[in-house]
Amino acid sequence: MSPLEIVILLPILAALAVWLGAPARATSVGTAVLNLLIVLGLVWQFKSASAGKAGFAYESARVVLDNPAIAFAVGADGVSLILALLTALVTFAAVWQISPEKPGIYHIASQLIAGGAFGAFLCTDVFFLYAFHELALIPTLLMIANYGHGDDEHRKAAAWKTTVYLGAGSLVLLAGLAWVVLEFSGGEKLTFDLTALKAQAAATPLPAAQQATMAFVLLLGFGTLVSLFPLHSWAAPAYASAPTPVAMLHSGVLKKFGLYGLLRIALPLLPQGFQAEWVQQALLYMLLGNILIMGFVTIHQKRLDDVLANSSVMHMGYIFLGLAAGTEIALRGAVLLMFAHGISIALLFALAGRLRSQLGTLELSKLGGLASHAPVFTVIFAFGAFASIGLPGLANFAGEVMVFIGCFTTFGVTSFGPLQWTVAIALWGVVMSAVYMLRAYRSIFQGAATTGLFMKDPALSQRVPLILLAAVLLIAGCCPWLLLGLMKTDLATVAEAASTAVQGAAKAAAGTAH
Amino acid sequence: MPDPESTSSSLPTLLLLLPLLSALVILLAHRMLKGACVMISILSAAICFLISLMLLGTKDAAPMLLPFIEVGKFRVAIDALIDQQSRGMMFIVTSIGLFVHVFSVGYMKDDEAKERFFGALSLFMFSMTGIVLAGNLVMMFIFWELVGLSSYLLIGHWFDKPSAAEASKKAFLTNRIGDFGFMIGILMLFMANHGDVTFTGLHDSFAQGTMHDTAKMHPTFMMIAALGIFMGAMGKSAQFPLHVWLPDAMEGPTPVSALIHAATMVAAGVFMLVRCAFVIEASPDAATTIAWIGGITALMAALIATQQNDIKRVLAYSTLSQLGYMVMAVGLVAMQATGHHDAAAPGHPAMFHLYTHAFFKAMLFLGSGAVIYACHHEQDIWKMGGLAKHMPVTFFTFAIGTASLMGVPYITSGFWSKEAILGVAFEVKGGSPLFWIGVATALLTAFYMTRMFVIAFLGKPRTEHAHHATEAPIVMLLPLVLLALLTLISPWDWAANLLEALKPHHAEAHPTVLIASILALVVGSGAGFVLYRGKDSDPLASKGLAKVFANKFYFDELYAVLVKVLQDGVAWVVTGLERIFVDGIFARLPAFAAKRLGSAARVLTGGHLQTYTFLLGAGLLLVIYLIVFVLPQMGH
Repeated sequence: MSPLEIVILLPILAALAVWLGAPARATSVGTAVLNLLIVLGLVWQFKSASAGKAGFAYESARVVLDNPAIAFAVGADGVSLILALLTALVTFAAVWQISPEKPGIYHIASQLIAGGAFGAFLCTDVFFLYAFHELALIPTLLMIANYGHGDDEHRKAAAWKTTVYLGAGSLVLLAGLAWVVLEFSGGEKLTFDLTALKAQAAATPLPAAQQATMAFVLLLGFGTLVSLFPLHSWAAPAYASAPTPVAMLHSGVLKKFGLYGLLRIALPLLPQGFQAEWVQQALLYMLLGNILIMGFVTIHQKRLDDVLANSSVMHMGYIFLGLAAGTEIALRGAVLLMFAHGISIALLFALAGRLRSQLGTLELSKLGGLASHAPVFTVIFAFGAFASIGLPGLANFAGEVMVFIGCFTTFGVTSFGPLQWTVAIALWGVVMSAVYMLRAYRSIFQGAATTGLFMKDPALSQRVPLILLAAVLLIAGCCPWLLLGLMKTDLATVAEAASTAVQGAAKAAAGTAH
Repeated sequence: MPDPESTSSSLPTLLLLLPLLSALVILLAHRMLKGACVMISILSAAICFLISLMLLGTKDAAPMLLPFIEVGKFRVAIDALIDQQSRGMMFIVTSIGLFVHVFSVGYMKDDEAKERFFGALSLFMFSMTGIVLAGNLVMMFIFWELVGLSSYLLIGHWFDKPSAAEASKKAFLTNRIGDFGFMIGILMLFMANHGDVTFTGLHDSFAQGTMHDTAKMHPTFMMIAALGIFMGAMGKSAQFPLHVWLPDAMEGPTPVSALIHAATMVAAGVFMLVRCAFVIEASPDAATTIAWIGGITALMAALIATQQNDIKRVLAYSTLSQLGYMVMAVGLVAMQATGHHDAAAPGHPAMFHLYTHAFFKAMLFLGSGAVIYACHHEQDIWKMGGLAKHMPVTFFTFAIGTASLMGVPYITSGFWSKEAILGVAFEVKGGSPLFWIGVATALLTAFYMTRMFVIAFLGKPRTEHAHHATEAPIVMLLPLVLLALLTLISPWDWAANLLEALKPHHAEAHPTVLIASILALVVGSGAGFVLYRGKDSDPLASKGLAKVFANKFYFDELYAVLVKVLQDGVAWVVTGLERIFVDGIFARLPAFAAKRLGSAARVLTGGHLQTYTFLLGAGLLLVIYLIVFVLPQMGH
């Protein structure tokens, strides 16, 4: 049995156990710790496990169906391992901070989401990859609807909207994936195996125009799940009203599935499609929508949860930028940024949840001067806030700067083109992030303390997950090479394919010009 | 060409990491350590100073200190560039840093949060060391922003004061605007130089013309890159129009103003520009722009300083003005250097002025700190007076600093460095308007410093506090005296030669330059003396232009409107539009349709979201089932 299967199944079994009556907190936290240790062990062993292998490490496959070929196949490369590490860390923090008074359903839902996320990141079979994401999505939606914050009407509306969006997005995605499977199965029978699909895609590439259409369908499907502008409007209300562990897990982890899917399926299988001019253009416009429009929207927010929720939508733009660039540096940067954003937003949502439960409000104008009451809390919040605005030394900066740099390592044919212009505009978003984060920080923690508000620092045991996440931000920010080293070759081939596609297109264009 | 193997990297690594270690220890253990935090921070500053002295004797080197990002052939590391410029700058940073640490022991004695203060001071030393050592632009940017963070923390040290909280935010955000341009500049140079952003690599490429074709063929490309880099300096060195944060930064404790907002951090912009001098040289348009921005800043800030009444604000505007001088020098040298002059050679007049200014301005700020301390945190010069009698040591050192800032000929360091800049302005083709701006600024400098000096130190005490002021304790006087000493000896050949990078090998200044600057000094200080001797209020106050100066040319008001309109206003409009369009079209429509359908199918959904979600899941499974099992059968 592959250790990856254990990682996927443990949380699901834990959820089942809690449902059947096992002590919720002990089971859930225990599972999360165990899983975190296993994943850390896998990261530690990864170098030797992947040595001399071209594909995935820790592979195993159990055939479910012969025709069409579906297997519960798992495997990890650097990218999926980094995302699994993210999942393990955030799950640990999320279940640890669920207060003992909350019912067991919080733990059940969190563990199901975690199991789904692990499955989605670690399965190498398109069928399971998709199904696990759905598994994680359903408890997310139910938790928002039944246990979310805010009054009944708002909460239900948010849950409803999220359901409609993500449901529709999933359907588009399903259609796109089905198309991919149909086109690239080759041979006698349909296959869902990623490696086989990839080999077929490389052996008999489709015409560029068809690739572009397929890539665009996948972009819309995956994009909806990642709140790509203008398909984003579910995200902010959903996170603002989601229960804290769900907000942490979805914004921190599950949302990355869409990006992961693009990186894993769309980019390698449809290189010419993803690099097609109109797809690129559309993507650049959409991601600028994320950064600029959502940046302004975030500045306008008056409550901390709305600020965080909208900022999370905004920051997706930078990861998309990395995918759009398609160079190896940019792609690695994008993965690093997925990790960094996941940790930082989960930390911030955890802290916001604490603020809400202690003070009863997240309205910025009603808060103030908390730094003198709760210095430790303030320092940890500062870590999250400064990470999210891209301060060097914390993880997000390393990812962002690699994305930017990656956009400027040209394929040898371009000059200061649309991609570089997009970067220049996107950089202004870095200023906007600082504006809204520092405003929020200023009104919550600085200034004179508002009378009637009192907040204590979290007890020692409650600091554990918060300090862990803050420490991860610091370590990954100071030593990004630790994570980058895991992604040895996996993205090089993707970037190679993109580069070939661009050069091919340029040659074709030059050919028609003569 | 520095040889990577020639020196070990251990000294610079220690220099870089020691203050970080101190900051981390204080962050994690300040509750246990309490007062010991102060000692830890001072100890790390002292060791850093010793290391910087040891570095003075070493050969040029470019060792790698720590890995950072590595992807295939592409590599960005924390690597140092040890040369004359960085050795000299490191001496300035660590020596003044140490003095300020010591001074703070007295000044912050009764502060409740001195652990936090000293921790942030160590963080600053770490970041500033990083800027000085930086061997490539990305590393420069990293520490650039970290210096911004420590400045943010220290300006907002008394964060429960709303004005301090606002000032710290303003400083960080204004710097971020500068960094926006800086990053664009870095990326463009990255592209132009095939992915190599080390200073040595860039320098060689510019010298040999091996850049990317895009860069070679488009002068505009180089101009934008150079101006982007300059924008970073505009933020950090507070050049017009991003100067507005520096005066507000005076909300921080006075030792911080001395170290960060006078001597070192704000000078980092100039330091960085001199590091990238070859980039600016490559674009004459950029060079001219930079020179003019510097000149405008120098003159504007000097005008404002003439009408400020807060002792720290006068010094802050004076700092702005002097930074403008340095930036002007950077631009002028680059204008002069087209082709035949290597601006990276030792002895850049901007670096020389940075060096002399750092000592006398740090001393003036610490002196003002001693005065503020003695007058029970009174900062209004009109509520002082007659301090010369009560605080003789502070008075003498302050007098030396004032003389140096005004440029009293031959005996003060400020005179020599200012002459060097005016000399360049006089020689450069097209530099003569800037020369006269420089002379006018010198005149105004003499005027406002005399004004402040006369009002605060001479005459009779105007308030009780001033009357009962007593000399500062010895821990505060010692740094003052040492800085005064450094101020006096710094232009002497043996001192300047020790930091050879910092002394320009200038030819004899033209007589016109000498006469103009001496006239400016005499007229400016004479007018200040005559106008303000024995006065109890400002005779110029609220008269015509003086009112404009007193109100800082209304920049704060203008920017407040801009932020309101361009940022908050646009944010309001965009949010509204986003709600209407995106939400309306993409969300309401399906919701509306579903509602219509829903009312018909209420029996099915029961009006419950749970049911709907469940059905969604079931529906998806059905679709999957169809694709997996039914479709293939149809196909075959």
